[in-house]
Amino acid sequence: MRIPLSWLGEYTDLPAGATPDDVMAALVKVGLEEEGSHSFGVTGPLVVGEVLEFVEEPQSNGKTIRWCQVRVAGQGQKAADGGDDVRGIVCGASNFVVGDKVVVCLPGAELPGNFKIAARSTYGHISDGMLASGRELGLSDDHDGIIRLALLGLDPKVGTDALELLHLDEVAAEVNVTPDRGYCLSIRGIAREYSHATGAVFNDPIGNVEPQSNEGFDLKIDDKFPIRDRNGVNRFVLRTVRNIDASRPTPPWMVARLKMAGMRSISLVVDITNYVMLEVGQPLHAYDLDKLEGGMVVRRALPKETLKTLDGQTRNLSSEDLVIADASGAIGIAGVMGGASTEVSLETKNVLIESANFDPISVARSARRHKLPSEAAKRFERGVDHSVAKFAAARVVQLLEVHARGESDPVGADYRGYEPNQPIWLPEGFATELVGVEYTKDEISDTLRAIGCVVSHVNGGFEVIAPTWRPDITHKTDLVEEIARITGYDRIPARLPVAPPGRGLTRAQKQKRAVVNALAAAGGIEVLNYPFLSAAQNSWFAANAGAELSRVKLANAMQEDFNEMRTTMLPGLIDAAKRNISRGLTDLNIFEAGSVFLPTADVQPLKSLPTADRRPIAAELAKLEASIPAQPPRLGAIFVGDQIAVGVGQQAQPATYASAIQAARVAAHAVGAQLSVRQTSAAGFHPGRAAQLYIATPTGETIVGIAGELHPELTAANDLPRRVAALELHLDALFAAAPAVVSAGPVYVYPAATQDLSLVVDATVPAAEVQATIVEGAGELLEAIALTDDYRGANVEAGKKSLTFALRFRASDRTLTQAEASESRDAAVTLANQRFGAEIRS
Amino acid sequence: MSNVNPISSEAVDAAVAHALDLIGKAADLAELKASRGAAVGDQSPIAALSAQMGKIAPEFKAEAGKLVGQARATLSAAYATREEELHTAEESAKLAAESVDVTAAPQLRPLGARHPLSLLQDTIADIFVGMGWEIAEGPEVENEWFNFDALNFDADHPARAMQDTFFVEPVESHLVLRTHTSPVQVRSMLERDLPLYVLCPGRVFRTDELDATHTPVFHQVEGLAVDKGLNMADLRGTLEHFAREMFGPEAQIRLRPSFFPFTEPSAELDVWHPGAKGGARWVEWGGCGMVNPNVLKAAGIDPEVYTGFAFGMGIERTLMFRNDVRDMHDMVEADVRFSQQFGVTL
Repeated sequence: MRIPLSWLGEYTDLPAGATPDDVMAALVKVGLEEEGSHSFGVTGPLVVGEVLEFVEEPQSNGKTIRWCQVRVAGQGQKAADGGDDVRGIVCGASNFVVGDKVVVCLPGAELPGNFKIAARSTYGHISDGMLASGRELGLSDDHDGIIRLALLGLDPKVGTDALELLHLDEVAAEVNVTPDRGYCLSIRGIAREYSHATGAVFNDPIGNVEPQSNEGFDLKIDDKFPIRDRNGVNRFVLRTVRNIDASRPTPPWMVARLKMAGMRSISLVVDITNYVMLEVGQPLHAYDLDKLEGGMVVRRALPKETLKTLDGQTRNLSSEDLVIADASGAIGIAGVMGGASTEVSLETKNVLIESANFDPISVARSARRHKLPSEAAKRFERGVDHSVAKFAAARVVQLLEVHARGESDPVGADYRGYEPNQPIWLPEGFATELVGVEYTKDEISDTLRAIGCVVSHVNGGFEVIAPTWRPDITHKTDLVEEIARITGYDRIPARLPVAPPGRGLTRAQKQKRAVVNALAAAGGIEVLNYPFLSAAQNSWFAANAGAELSRVKLANAMQEDFNEMRTTMLPGLIDAAKRNISRGLTDLNIFEAGSVFLPTADVQPLKSLPTADRRPIAAELAKLEASIPAQPPRLGAIFVGDQIAVGVGQQAQPATYASAIQAARVAAHAVGAQLSVRQTSAAGFHPGRAAQLYIATPTGETIVGIAGELHPELTAANDLPRRVAALELHLDALFAAAPAVVSAGPVYVYPAATQDLSLVVDATVPAAEVQATIVEGAGELLEAIALTDDYRGANVEAGKKSLTFALRFRASDRTLTQAEASESRDAAVTLANQRFGAEIRS
Repeated sequence: MSNVNPISSEAVDAAVAHALDLIGKAADLAELKASRGAAVGDQSPIAALSAQMGKIAPEFKAEAGKLVGQARATLSAAYATREEELHTAEESAKLAAESVDVTAAPQLRPLGARHPLSLLQDTIADIFVGMGWEIAEGPEVENEWFNFDALNFDADHPARAMQDTFFVEPVESHLVLRTHTSPVQVRSMLERDLPLYVLCPGRVFRTDELDATHTPVFHQVEGLAVDKGLNMADLRGTLEHFAREMFGPEAQIRLRPSFFPFTEPSAELDVWHPGAKGGARWVEWGGCGMVNPNVLKAAGIDPEVYTGFAFGMGIERTLMFRNDVRDMHDMVEADVRFSQQFGVTL
């Protein structure tokens, strides 16, 4: 809401010289947050001039300019800039005649956009000023010609200060009005709040007119289909004004105030309805009475009914739309926009003023349906004071009488369909209990009366009737907010409540922290990506063609192509890698922990929701939960370039599938689980370089993810290096498979015996299986085993490989001899031979 | 047998001098070892004198034995001393040769980093866990009932349009990307026992274009306490404690009246940030208020018995003014240099 200060000053005592900043600083205390200040940005000298004569001079560029002599001060007197009384000024406009009074910007003046006026040489003359158009002064969009003051109904003396004349010194403050405070979308409401904030007197503008309840106009309110059992019309006031001159100019003070309030001047009648709406918050509509066919009915739209609205659009009406109709059909959508057929024009003689109060929900739905967030709809949605309708209509009539020279006609209407506000019971101590401030009884009743409530103090509490402009006040806590707000939130003391003993982070929360901290400690860099993907990106890693059916899609994505929620962490990380590489950061080990979105056939969409006035019953809660797709936590990681950089005495080590597996081991280790891997193949991964990750548990195994290198086609399509390693871990599965308690074994202290063992097996036999077999065959003396080499080539038969393991044996109760170690090793070899035909490499 | 003692003190002295000369001349351990025979070993003059011991007259034996014994002890000590000297010298030379430029030590493993938005959420969680609160989480794709209805957002109230919502297809499914973490508060009230003190950090979504101060995907942390007798003083006390933990002991808070459907009374929260770049100042930090009775009712809590307070703030915004991050792009573009500045701490 933008508040022209001179206007505000009419309804409250604004200190002389108050600036928009002062006003905003006051209003923020009562909950109207500052948005900024506005002004015309015009500084003088700007004076009224009279065109004495001009010569038309055609130019080589095809334009014709006028070389004008303009009187800017009384004969022989100094002009406002100290210069001569008559100036030579070049003007490109041709809409004026000799004798016209015009607005002259003298040298030294400044117009919006840092446009500084100076005497300058142009078209062969020294142009000693400028004749201004409406647009140049920021008053209107009119740039077809200069301002002719006679057309604004003005005939001031030459030399008069035009800034003052046109009210270009008006300034405005802008505040944000929260949706509960519809009444603050008016100068009336703001003046009231300013009074609460500062203690300044509030003079209600509706006291400035004599309200009349006119009758006799054929009006029928016929709402057969109320929405949510609410009447569409609470109030409907009609007034008639005859014999107006709609072509008369809008007075400059009104133009300036409308402009500073953010509205364009359109025509006198429309300007007056807008002006009164801004003044008291009541949306108004003016019909050309002579274009109306018969009486008026307010009803819901008929099947297939259409309406051409003021903006020229033909709209298909819904049976939920409340419309104003005459004998011809709908002539306006109630509270949203009027129709074209009854629009007022400059020729309009007789007008019908509508000052109505419509149901907020009905208007909100129509405004949304027709995408017409008009100023009227904005106010109705937030609630308009039904008691102001008659005053607003009277104010429009008054302004039409004065400025359009019309005559009030006794024909009108005043329909009332509203219920009076019910009293709210406010127990005496309740405000103190809820706010923690010791409010006195007087403080409570005075404050509530100040905001317009009717308050009676009865046994242990207050009966409070909220004012008609406060539909948001329905409960005793609403009253408490008003008391706290008006008396000041700075009075609230501080007291730190003591929570009952907590249980700390949950197991899963601790596990997640352990994993991400371990990965960071191992050199990974955590990133956060948007979860929005294209269908193609989600398909890169989709196991089968039907997978796109089970995705969460957005109805209003920011970018049309990225309208799916991720089903995998990897595409986001691939994008992140691309972005980093494009910035010259080519060695990457990045990871992200987050949710993926996996709707399955189990998701049961819920067509209608439970009411929110009570706790849903168990069955309703179960249905709510069943309507929401699964969103399990995942961890993704991508490895590009070198995982170890070249350094002094150090070779670079490129990231490979092993980097991804190592990261998985780190993550598993962080939660006390031991990771196992096996060869696998999966969409998006290199067919020969992908590992399924699993955790062996006492009851079997849990698959926890995949690690390996991305398919070279995928990396090529993304302009990434050929070898990119990737990891995706199912954190929920990993966390569940992790041991609840790590149980320790004994640590034996007798000397160990170490041996190396090289076994030749078929190249297709996985090393992990050979290793597991050695562990099994060697028995309990084998304390540790590590694969140290996988050799293929000279001295090893083609199609075979030689695997070398380092073995460490130890006994629990004695120093082991090499002979005992060898015996254990030989048992392992025998088993490996039986399983895989393994032979000791000679 | 001569009556002259051949093992004269002169002879012994000469043998000792010979040996000391050899020991002294050895330039390194190898030379010392090589000269051992000639100096004190079988081929040495002292050994030759020793060999004569058996042949000398008995009356000289005591004297000669003493002389030779003393000489042997002298030489043995001299040899050991020289050996130690040479060993030390050789070790020093070896270590000198092994010296490196420690400033050239290679980075054996790259240093990793957490994302500061995650770190900040952890930091805040720790502050509240320290006060006995618990951390609650919930889904990001949420049913409108949890995101709006239960939070006193009427379906037709303009407040519902205030939060530019991402809707899931089909719109009739009533699924949205949660616009705030408040649905987790509703879930907490439905699932947990009273009294209730929970903190809800998490990712939220609104249809704002990415620019220097906005992003469609961002993070919030909300707090909710429901207990008997809680009031706005408890809210202020909690926020003051939180502000001091976050911004230092001089931090203060200020409440300004505002509106949220789920709280009544409602307030905007400003924090006095003593460490602000360019000087201490008030910064808009978040929103808060007493839980609206309608929200308690939707969770089956009797508002005549229990009251609650709630607050919420943006993690991005907090990071921006706490750690002087200037541009939202830095937080969402996954540029590794951004996280690397923080490492694993804020």
